[in-house]
Amino acid sequence: MSPDPADTFRQEARDLLEALEQALLDLSQDHGNRDLVDSAFRALHTLKGSGSMFGFDEVADFVHEFETAFDRVRKGLAPISEELVRIALNAKDHVQLLALEPGEHAAAGTPILNELRALVSDGRGADGEEQSPEAASQEESDASAIDAAGWRVRFKLPADAIEMGTNPMLLLDELRELGPCEIVASGEDVTALDEHDPLGRYLGWDVTLRAAVPQDAIEDVFLFLREDMELSIEPLAPETDAEPEPADTPAEVATADAAGAPRAASAANAKAGASLRVAAERLDELMDCVGELVIAQARLSQIAAGSQDVGLTGVAEDIERLAATLRDTTMGVRMVPIGSLFGRFRRLVHDLASDLDKKVEFVTTGEETELDKTMVERLADPLVHIIRNAVDHGMETPEARRAAGKAECGKVQITAVHSGAEVAISVSDDGAGLDSARIRAKAEENGLIAPDAKLTDHELFQYIFHPGFSTAQEITSVSGRGVGMDVVKRAIEGLRGTIELTSKPGEGTKATLRLPLTLAIVEGMLVRVGDGRYAIPLSAVEECLELPASEVAGTSGRNFLDVRGTLVPYLRLRDMFGTQTPADLHQKVVIVGSGEQRVGLVVDQIIGNAQTVIKSLSRLHSSIGTFSGATIMGDGEVALILDVAQLVSSAEQQQRRAAGRHLELAA
Amino acid sequence: MSETLAEPEIDSETDTQTGTRRALTLALQGEVFAIDAGTVREILDMPPVTQVPNASPFANGLINVRGRVVPLVDLRVTFGMERRPPDEDTRIIVIETLLEGEENILGILADKVLDVCDLEDVSIEEAPQVGMRWRPEFLLGIARYNGDFVILPNIARIFAEHLGTLVTESR
Amino acid sequence: MSKTILTIDDSPSVRQLVAMTLSNAGYQVIEACDGADGLAKATGNRVNAVITDLNMPIMNGLDFIRKYRAHPSSAGVPIIFLTTESDDSLKAEAKAAGATGWLVKPFKQDQMLAIMRKVVGA
Repeated sequence: MSPDPADTFRQEARDLLEALEQALLDLSQDHGNRDLVDSAFRALHTLKGSGSMFGFDEVADFVHEFETAFDRVRKGLAPISEELVRIALNAKDHVQLLALEPGEHAAAGTPILNELRALVSDGRGADGEEQSPEAASQEESDASAIDAAGWRVRFKLPADAIEMGTNPMLLLDELRELGPCEIVASGEDVTALDEHDPLGRYLGWDVTLRAAVPQDAIEDVFLFLREDMELSIEPLAPETDAEPEPADTPAEVATADAAGAPRAASAANAKAGASLRVAAERLDELMDCVGELVIAQARLSQIAAGSQDVGLTGVAEDIERLAATLRDTTMGVRMVPIGSLFGRFRRLVHDLASDLDKKVEFVTTGEETELDKTMVERLADPLVHIIRNAVDHGMETPEARRAAGKAECGKVQITAVHSGAEVAISVSDDGAGLDSARIRAKAEENGLIAPDAKLTDHELFQYIFHPGFSTAQEITSVSGRGVGMDVVKRAIEGLRGTIELTSKPGEGTKATLRLPLTLAIVEGMLVRVGDGRYAIPLSAVEECLELPASEVAGTSGRNFLDVRGTLVPYLRLRDMFGTQTPADLHQKVVIVGSGEQRVGLVVDQIIGNAQTVIKSLSRLHSSIGTFSGATIMGDGEVALILDVAQLVSSAEQQQRRAAGRHLELAA
Repeated sequence: MSETLAEPEIDSETDTQTGTRRALTLALQGEVFAIDAGTVREILDMPPVTQVPNASPFANGLINVRGRVVPLVDLRVTFGMERRPPDEDTRIIVIETLLEGEENILGILADKVLDVCDLEDVSIEEAPQVGMRWRPEFLLGIARYNGDFVILPNIARIFAEHLGTLVTESR
Repeated sequence: MSKTILTIDDSPSVRQLVAMTLSNAGYQVIEACDGADGLAKATGNRVNAVITDLNMPIMNGLDFIRKYRAHPSSAGVPIIFLTTESDDSLKAEAKAAGATGWLVKPFKQDQMLAIMRKVVGA
């Protein structure tokens, strides 16, 4: 555990004040020693800096005045005298009091400072009356009015900027964070290749920013360069019926502002009302605690249920209600709009399209859709991959599109929408669509399907998610080789989500991801199989039935249930888990869905619903596949959580094998 | 804290020279094993164990250790020993160790926990290649203590074997 | 692949705060207590950015910036200096010496992180 920074500061203040005292005392012996003056000044300076950092404002304010007075001594404007040393020592003692007992002695400082100022001033009175930083920021904070629909920003960096540590890409990223940008590099200064100095300037940029942000926010992007660079910021003409839109993503604007001067940050704060910035890590800790609380609460409820004590029952109910509220609130706090991700993709699509000589329009909808922040972070890579595929493989060249009678400019659209306890995110393109013949050929070549297997296009498309399955005829520089859609699928399943592809020849392809809103807690249905208890995410459960008598004895033959006219395949979990104990008389079937597929899970007993705090499995068990995690139940025992997507796909495989056997028999 | 176990290769020479190790000894089917005491978090009586269907018998159980779901590993499987059902002496040693760069908490099943001792003054010999019925790479070495052989299992290596992630070693 | 940031400050409390903030944000942090120590560590390690105080004993921040910029390994490495002065002459001097940007004390942790994102990315 690291020590409290305030304690570290107090310790440091003691050391610095000691050094200051030493220097002052030595000065009284040796009035002309500049080194002693410097070291006293440095002690004051450090004290001021760290005091203000750790909230010792009284120390910082007083030392600021002390330092200002002493600066005149350092600059030789005031002589060192016995009197000066005496007052400075008094001042030093006062600082010590302020550091150790804040809030008690502030008033006593004024006479000391007055004495000190009188002594070092040359009759013009104290000249240390600078504005306090708060006052300064207060004054400037109302300067940022939103007065344009967007901005044209042109800039050229100083010649040595890159060598001096400026990264132009990060500047462009910051502009993009403010809103949608069209960025054009102006190449007028590009040198011949052989003179090309990788660290020198060779580009300027011309950026059209379509967002109603304050001019200050843009200037703040160039905070460190403003004096040395060429920068012009011109408002864009408002669009036709332009009621200037407020900045559409206040959170992002605030982020960008924080990068700048404090004044911009305070303007943003005023706008956002009483919002508070919290380190992401603390939210994770909070979520962990809530998880533990939910487990403990379940335990408490169980104990209370078996007790005659009315008081205990009452408290247990209160705690249950409070824990549920706390859980919901915490999950709500962790929600962030997915739009923060979409911004990145705009650039990706733009760059890909220009690399590939394609014309692609990128459209986003549902930016405001909220997801758990961890989920948003972990979605970035899979989505990049899907979008890459859409532009690289899905989209045709402008010539091909023209030949097919389509608009030259293709469209890639990303959409996010809430549906129940899930979020559906889809990436669609209006490209050529998947080539089912080629996928079929490839699947046969890899021995995944029999040459005469009857499969719908939809079933065929899912083979794209098999490891090592790539049908791109040539490996392009963009998609390259290596990572395939199988990795994307695994990543999505790692988030307890599903992915599904649909496609129509000539019309395009659509990848749909369905994800839970949060990774931490789900409502689960507890079931028993043999002696083991398992949790099934309730969001996946569609209905529960009794296993029909006709199926009870049924062996491997045909594992299908007739659910109101639809045949649903089912899995006997007892068989899958190698259960030895005798089966219950009335086995149950839990019908679960993943994407458009449904499958029945045969269990011995349905125990009931429970809050399930998801604990990830260690690497020893994560590869088994049937389980997505584990949870701790009210009685303290561990239950495994069934991985519905995995079970559904193994039911599909079982079905195909059966179909294959069937074909063999027929042949 | 758990550096020693995380390191797949232990420099046995250094250990022979400076050679003091604080170790927890345990019995498995009559053999004495020692694990780095620095990695031990706690020792538990046998808690309820949740079976993981289709998992390797080496680690087919999960236990709840203060709100964490912890895999239970059975070294008797690794060393080809008989797996007797737990009795009143059975304990679980919860260790925290770096495995392949990740912090892991594992429960190790022990027929009986014996002692915490300093394996000093004893040489930690490299596992003899001949005459061993166990795969030598699963051992960090053999120590002698009170006249007995004490086996130092290479937890990291055993773990890697069960993850199937072991990269072919360059000899 | 986390980025490595060198923080140079003679004040242990500021150093601790900077180091804590940065490492919580996922950066690797190397600490140095004055310009000379900083120069040795900056040239002896691969660093992605430097945050340095200006007013320090032994070797002050300006000297550190000049000497480090004279070393080839500093090319492209952003240097942010901490300053309590709103004094423009000091800013200009540090920039002329080769600093990339500055951070005015007192700063909030997220202001510092925003600056680091600005100059080195996440």
